[in-house]
This record gives sequence, C-alpha cells and structure tokens, in this order.
Amino acid sequence: MSAKIAKFRELGLLVFIVLMSVGVQLRNPSFLTWENINDMITNTAILSILAVGMMLVIVTRGIDLSIGATLALSGMTAALAVSHSPGLSPLAAIGIGTGIGLVCGMALGVLVAWVNILPIIATLGMMNVFRGLTFESSGGKWVSAHQMPDSFKNIATGSLLGINNLIAIAILVYAVAYYFVSHTRTGRRIYAVGSNPESAAVSGIHSARILWLVYTIMGGLSGLAGVLWVSKFASAQGDTASGYELSVIAACVLGGVSIAGGVGKISGIVLGSVLLGILNNALPMIDVSAFWQMFIQGAIILIAVLINALVKRGIDRNNLMRRKI
Amino acid sequence: MEPRVIPNKQEWSWRGFVLQWEWLLVVLILIVFALNASLSEFFLDYGNLRDATMGFLDKAFIVLPMVFIILMGDIDISVASIVALSSVTMADLYSHGMPMEWAMMVCLAVGTACGWINGMLIVKFKELSSVIVTLATMIIYRGIAYILLEDQAAGKFPKWFKFLGWDYVGNIPFILLVFAVFAVAFGWLLHKTAFGRKVYAIGNNATASRYSGVEVDRIKVVVFTLAGFMSAVTALFLTARMGSSRPNIATGYELEVIAMVVLGGVSTAGGKGRMIGAILAVFLIGYLRYGLGLINVSAQSLLIILGLLLIFAVAIPRLKLLRSPVRKA
Repeated sequence: MSAKIAKFRELGLLVFIVLMSVGVQLRNPSFLTWENINDMITNTAILSILAVGMMLVIVTRGIDLSIGATLALSGMTAALAVSHSPGLSPLAAIGIGTGIGLVCGMALGVLVAWVNILPIIATLGMMNVFRGLTFESSGGKWVSAHQMPDSFKNIATGSLLGINNLIAIAILVYAVAYYFVSHTRTGRRIYAVGSNPESAAVSGIHSARILWLVYTIMGGLSGLAGVLWVSKFASAQGDTASGYELSVIAACVLGGVSIAGGVGKISGIVLGSVLLGILNNALPMIDVSAFWQMFIQGAIILIAVLINALVKRGIDRNNLMRRKI
Repeated sequence: MEPRVIPNKQEWSWRGFVLQWEWLLVVLILIVFALNASLSEFFLDYGNLRDATMGFLDKAFIVLPMVFIILMGDIDISVASIVALSSVTMADLYSHGMPMEWAMMVCLAVGTACGWINGMLIVKFKELSSVIVTLATMIIYRGIAYILLEDQAAGKFPKWFKFLGWDYVGNIPFILLVFAVFAVAFGWLLHKTAFGRKVYAIGNNATASRYSGVEVDRIKVVVFTLAGFMSAVTALFLTARMGSSRPNIATGYELEVIAMVVLGGVSTAGGKGRMIGAILAVFLIGYLRYGLGLINVSAQSLLIILGLLLIFAVAIPRLKLLRSPVRKA
C-alpha cells in the first residue's frame, strides 16, 4: 500500500514537472533551450547532492540547519587553499573541502548522538559557529574569480565523458547512496533507527553510532558541495549559501521524505530537487519577482508536509478499516 | 523510558537552594561584569549600562513566551520572521498614509495572527513536529515581508514613536519598565496559575496530561499565539529604535532567544526550568555582548561565541556535571 502511494507521489511529481515545464515554455520560449536546460541541471546537481545527506538525517528524525554554513566554510577553505597555492590539483581542493565538511559533520554528530542535544538546537548553534569561522578564516573578504586558478574553476565547467562534471558527480553520489541505503546493512539500520528507535535499540543496533554516521555523511557531502559551489560561481564569500539548507529541506519533503522519520527514497528526492531547480529557474523567466521566491519556497514546504501528513492519515485509516473486516 | 516522578512540593534544603541553576547564572553575570570592568573603563558607566540594556532588551520580550514553548517540549523558530513581518507591515501601512496608532495596532494583530497560525497548524497536524511547522512558516512570514517591501526600507515615523526605543521615564529606560511588567506577568502566569502548571504537565507528558483532562491543544494554541504577540511587541521596540524597517530585520533572533532560554536552565526535553533563569540569561548574554563589543570583538566572533554558548548551555546539564535536585521547577 505505502509502496503504491510512493509510486503515485513520484508519478504526480513527474506529471507536475512536465506540466510546469510546458506552461513556462508557452510563456517564455527560451525556457526549454539546450543551454537553459543544461544550466538548470547543473544548478540542481549541487542541491541534489545535499538532498541525499539531508534525506538520511531526516530519516533518523533529525534535521540539519547547519549545512549552508558547512558548505560556505568548506568552500571558503578550498578557495583560500587554491588562491595561496595555485598549483594545487583540483582533486586536492575537493579533498580539502570534503575533509573540512567531514570534520564539521563529525563534531555535529558527536553533539547529537552522544551528548544527546536535539538536532535542531545543535545544528542551529553550530550553524553560527561555522558561519562565524567562515568570516574569520577569510578576514571578511571574498575570494573572487581572478584569485582562483583555471584548473579549480574547471571543476564545475569541465566534463567527463561528455557529461558535465557536476552532473557526473551528482550521479555518482546517487549511485553510491542508492547502493548504500538499499543494499548494505548500515544503510538499512539508518531506516531502522528512524522508524522505531526503541525496537532498533532492542535489536542491538547502536543508534548513537548510526546517528553520528548520518551527520558525518551530511557534513562530507556539504563539504563536497561547497567546493563545487565555489568553483561554479567562481567566488567564495562569507555568506555563501546562506539559507540554502531550507531549499534542501524543501527538496526532501517534496520528494516524500517523512519528517516523522523512517521514510525516504533516493528517486523521490531526485524528483524533488529537479522540481525545485526548475521552479527556481522558471520563476524569473515568467516575470515573477525574485522577492516572491522565498514565500513560494516556504509555501511548498508547508503544503508538501501537510499533504504528506494527510496521505499518511489516509493510509492509517485504510489499514484500520481492513483490520476491522 | 523510566517514569519521571514530580513531587508536589520540593523540600527546602540548603544544598538544594545553593545548587540552583539560577545562582550559577548570577555568578556568571558577576564574572562578566568584573571581566568587562577590568577590560574597559567605560563598562561600569551608568549611562552606558543603561543604553546597552535598551539595546538588547528588544528580543527579551520573545524570551518570555519561548520559555513556555520550550517547557512544553516544542520549539518556535519562526519568531524572528514574525518580528520582520509585523514590523514591515506596520511601516508599509504607515508610509501609505495610515495613522501611526492604527499601524501599531495592525503590527500587534499581525504578530498575534502569525502565532495563532503556528499554533493551529501544530495542533491540527500532530504528526508534524513544531520544528518543521515553524521552519515552514519562518520562510513564509519573511517571504511575505520581502513581497511587501522588496529590498526597500520604510520609515520616517512620527517623532513620538521613537519614544518607545529611546526614551526614559525618570532615569530608567522605557523599554526596561515595559519588560519588567511583562516579565512579572509571564512569571505569574507560569508559576502562580493553573495554566502554568498545565504547561509543566504537558512538558512532562503530553499524553498523560490529555487523559487527565488538560486541554493540551487549547494551551498550545494560546502559548504560540502569545509568542506571536510578543514578537510583535519586539517589532514595535526594534522598529522604533532603528527608525525604519526592512524585510531582513531581526535576522538570527530565534537563535539568540532560544540560546537565552536554554541557558536559563529550561530543558529542551520539556517540563523543566523557571522564568527567572531565562530572564537572568537575557541579562547575561546582553552584557556579555556589550562587553565584547566594547573591546572590539567582531560581530562574526560574537556569532561563534553565541553558537558555542547555546551548545554548552544544552550540553552541560546533559553531561550531568551540574545536576542539581531543584532544577525541576
């Protein structure tokens, strides 16, 4: 039953995406050009990489508000590194950024898993710490395009076997994440901890370790996304990606990840990210003022979680009815 | 899950009295005063202290209802957005010719309505945690503020409006007097009325409270509505002090408010904490900020310190270093 619902939701999202694209295309013919589509997908790549980590966090009933700041800190560190030593290989830059992200995630994971701080409080606090560190590490200055070597900027613009690097990395992340959550023991344990922590503990799962792992993965992915972001926009600032965590959460709840924990599919969040990416790209094209974007994003989150809740109620009621008969 | 036993009335003991969380806050405030006074000769000047108090008290209004919310085991991260939305609405209406008195009424009404919406959503959709509901409304409310004013600022308020933010009654800041009145009212509501006891009951066990006849839903809606109203009060004072309003005002206030409440000894698991602790924490963080500002600590370092303070405030009681028997209300 719930599998059917999930399929229905994904179909619904897909139909919505198609309808919206057609509608926007009718208003503005430059929407479905090859250039714009490419632009949209590369923009969505970073969002969807983050959505993978956020899905795991939300599946364990948590939330991570610090990822925008983690992204900024890792991006800034990588940018500072390449601007000081332009000879640094792009892979090393990615390694530095991801490493910083991992460290941030680990620290957060310890706070949530072992010190038992509510995820919302821990991430709210660490968000400010990471954001402050970003400003401090750069002395409040920007690292702009001319300070970055071409090799670094090529991370985002270059391509691998004809596919843009960003898209290739996103696909790789998806493939690994899909295998991890559906076919490994640790991956399944994440869902076990999320859907019923007490039973998970009784079955001998170390919930704390799983929680820590989840926040560490989230941190690592934010670090990776940070390098990609800075390379794509060719500038690292103190307020990079400020508030971006909200888009990521929106992508997750749109994709059917349940805030109550235990539910979430990779295919769902891909669609959620794509829908959000298209929306962000399409709104300016049909002359919707940029100032509406925030409101629309909030409304999407609210409507998506309300619909999720109502659908869940429907399923529960149906199950109850069936038991009656 | 082990049941939490709440004795009707705690027996008074010296050990319990001395080991109260609130004394720790008092000591910390004294330390902050001593450190600041030794670092800067300007700190202990009465005029400076008075004006600094005016500067940080605006967000303190939200701390009062936030104590109730966190006591119930909920959280409201939309308060800063409510401040922005009610302030922007007021400024926008005034600049379109509405008399200031009316605009201020609308400001309070908007804040109250926003809080009521939060409460209703949380009560009607019990599957959703207050985290996700207020996260969504946080974006929506500030989004509306951006739609109203775009990236403009609105202001040019009448002269008397500045009274709220800048004036004194005798030698005491007006805002301090208002805050004192509200603080006494909220403290009375929490500690001396049935309503307050029910808030503690909900925080300890919402289901058991419901079965014992506590109107959980109604109380939650009232508390979230109060939070909206107090956010609007903050909006009045903040706007008066800044002299204008823009959609990005009060950014990050939710962090500071929550930090003050948990530093004040209110447990995020619900059911534990007192109003006086949160009020002490307001002054602790306020004077800490002011002192750090005097010795030229950058705004970014302040962010780091504030974030760490929040983490430590929640972490210390959990690490059982300072567990005192009386911290249960």
